[in-house]
Amino acid sequence: MAIITPRPQLTLAERLYLPAIVSGMWLTIRHFFVNLLGLKKKFTLEYPDEKCPPPPGCRGAPTLVRDEDGREKCVACQLCEFVCPPRAIRVTPEALPPGSRHAKIEKRPAAFEINMLRCIYCGFCQEVCPEEAIFLREKTILTGASRRELVHDKQRLLALGGSRPDSVKKWKDK
Amino acid sequence: MADPVSKTSAVERVNLTVDGRAVSVPKGWNLIQAARKAGFHVPHYCYHEKLSVGGNCRMCLVEVGLPRMGPDRKPVLKADGTPEIGWLPRPQIGCATQAGEGMSVRLNSQLVKECRRSVLEFLLINHPLDCPICDQAGECKLQEYAFQYGGGESRFVEEKERKPKKVELGPRVTLDDERCILCTRCVRFCREIARDDVLGIFNRGSHSYISCYPGRKLENNYSLNTVDLCPVGALTSTDFRFKMRVWFLKETSSLCASCARGCNITVGSREGVVHRFKPRCNDAVNSHWMCDEGRLNYKWINDERRLKKPLIRASGSAKWDEALAAARDALVRNRGRVAILASGQCSCEELFLLKKLAETYGAVVKLAPAHEGPGDNLLVETDKTPNMNGVRLMGFEAGREVGAKLSDAMAKGEVAALVAVRECAVAAGVDAGALKKMDAILAIDVLPSPTVEMASVVLPGAAHVEKTGTFINFQRRLQRFHPAFAPPGEARTDLWILGQLPGGDSKPLDYEKVFNRMCGETPAFQALPWEPLTEKGVEVEW
Ligand code: SF4
Ligand code: SF4
Ligand code: SF4
Ligand code: FES
Repeated sequence: MAIITPRPQLTLAERLYLPAIVSGMWLTIRHFFVNLLGLKKKFTLEYPDEKCPPPPGCRGAPTLVRDEDGREKCVACQLCEFVCPPRAIRVTPEALPPGSRHAKIEKRPAAFEINMLRCIYCGFCQEVCPEEAIFLREKTILTGASRRELVHDKQRLLALGGSRPDSVKKWKDK
Repeated sequence: MADPVSKTSAVERVNLTVDGRAVSVPKGWNLIQAARKAGFHVPHYCYHEKLSVGGNCRMCLVEVGLPRMGPDRKPVLKADGTPEIGWLPRPQIGCATQAGEGMSVRLNSQLVKECRRSVLEFLLINHPLDCPICDQAGECKLQEYAFQYGGGESRFVEEKERKPKKVELGPRVTLDDERCILCTRCVRFCREIARDDVLGIFNRGSHSYISCYPGRKLENNYSLNTVDLCPVGALTSTDFRFKMRVWFLKETSSLCASCARGCNITVGSREGVVHRFKPRCNDAVNSHWMCDEGRLNYKWINDERRLKKPLIRASGSAKWDEALAAARDALVRNRGRVAILASGQCSCEELFLLKKLAETYGAVVKLAPAHEGPGDNLLVETDKTPNMNGVRLMGFEAGREVGAKLSDAMAKGEVAALVAVRECAVAAGVDAGALKKMDAILAIDVLPSPTVEMASVVLPGAAHVEKTGTFINFQRRLQRFHPAFAPPGEARTDLWILGQLPGGDSKPLDYEKVFNRMCGETPAFQALPWEPLTEKGVEVEW
């Protein structure tokens, strides 16, 4: 059943328009001067010189991290490659060379690529990683002059990731 | 009504009940087999149907009951007329308990569940838990059973036992002793099947570990089967180690093309790259095994040098339609003076089309060179091609002297055009100088060879894992293989190429039609079904 809403009855002042226009102008002018004189906190930023600080828990670009001794934590198990919904990750595993300091871990990625044009920042890779080696970090703004540039290689991922202390130390006594 | 010709009536059978389901099995079967017949899986590690019973992992514990006997040696019946079961107080291992008449088995009682959980807990106390770097992850029975039957939590706070890791048992097998659950499958395989008794368990108790006897190595031609047998990641293939996680591998049923046995295999590939071959069980051919040589003979498929584009040598053109037209021209021009050099690597269907081609262009000789090498008395045959029987059946002349025959025909001027499929005439013994004088050489091949270098038209073909077809092995068993992925670059399947050569209707080729046509025209193949060929193959007679 149709419900009929009656039109509001306007008063004379409302029907004249002018008071409403003046009060609107007053609001705008007030804000203009308050901001100009810096009387109140600004909500806008001078982007790109100023950037918005990422809120806690922000999911930026996935990166690879090292532990506190500078060991690459990733062991190339390829679980992240498997779980990644848009298939952005590509890991090429290899055996660690026998003389290496971490030779007992046996395996590492020879190459590790994340295609940031594909990544949807879902964080599944971080969640699935059994080594706590991949983390989505604060970097949210990625630009590049070519598609190739936005495929992050291992060096880039490690540089972006920095280091995170290891709480488990599972390879210590291997 | 008695069935007079039934083979099964000869074998004594026993009736038992597994988890409430009645089954009848041949006498001598154990409870794992009987349960499988009833449709249940009994988790197990050390038992393998082709090896002797080890009975050491204790994973297969089940509860067993027998009918209670009265003083008159007759089963005591319950009120409803069914026999009363006296359950044995201790669980029994299913692998070493034979099915008995009237037996009852419980697979899912509280006791059995607790046994499984405790066995797994014991197996895992010294386990290094390094699944992220273990090649077996994804197809590991320890992972699977821990997930299905395990307790999910470790109560072990003591120091774990340290054992040797990354031990090279031989040139192809790497061992991680910490992961080993001491099931002795590998030991029994070497002793019983490979008959090369090199592995053993050393030390005692939780210090036990697998190793080779001093001064010996696991280097027999069947060593990699221990890797398949190992239910955990203790034995790994040095070749496949850290190459690719198994969950990425696409598995395709295929055949090994390295000798005339034609072992049934599963090809593990990812995105057009073969990563491994694994044997597929076929009791009539290879049981569960295959030789290392055949297993590792896949690298040529991934080779950089694979032929990927057709080529007309004279014009340098690399277009399929032009190359095929040039090939047809050459055949028409030399009608009646064509020689065909086929290969034991060709499928029956390809050989059938080659035969048709020979009829169309009046081939003078149809040859296929033999490739021979050492064999053994387990699987490896001396004939190193998978389809020499197919070659003979299709009327090609096979043998060691085909090079000489071809040279003869060439010297007499009977041959002016050569069609070489997957074979190199120079390798077969034909003089390169004489070949150069030919009017045309058409080469259908996968890798460069002297003949391909000389060929006037090169048509890039496919490896057997890239196409479908059938081989006839040395037992005259017709077996089918399936494509894992498409041939590289612009290469096409040989069957498509051969289908184009006489008439050239570029319709997509229907393998099944070619197969049925071949069956229709080949007496040995009368009325063979195409689909049922998929799994185990059929024997053909001629
Ligand atoms: S965040 Fe998601 S989409 Fe991006 S790489 Fe990780 S799993 Fe893939
Ligand atoms: S899941 Fe972690 S350890 Fe495994 S490949 Fe990815 S980043 Fe490396
Ligand atoms: S190495 Fe593997 S097959 Fe051999 S005993 Fe250990 S777990 Fe069993
Ligand atoms: S399978 Fe029965 S004890 Fe191992």
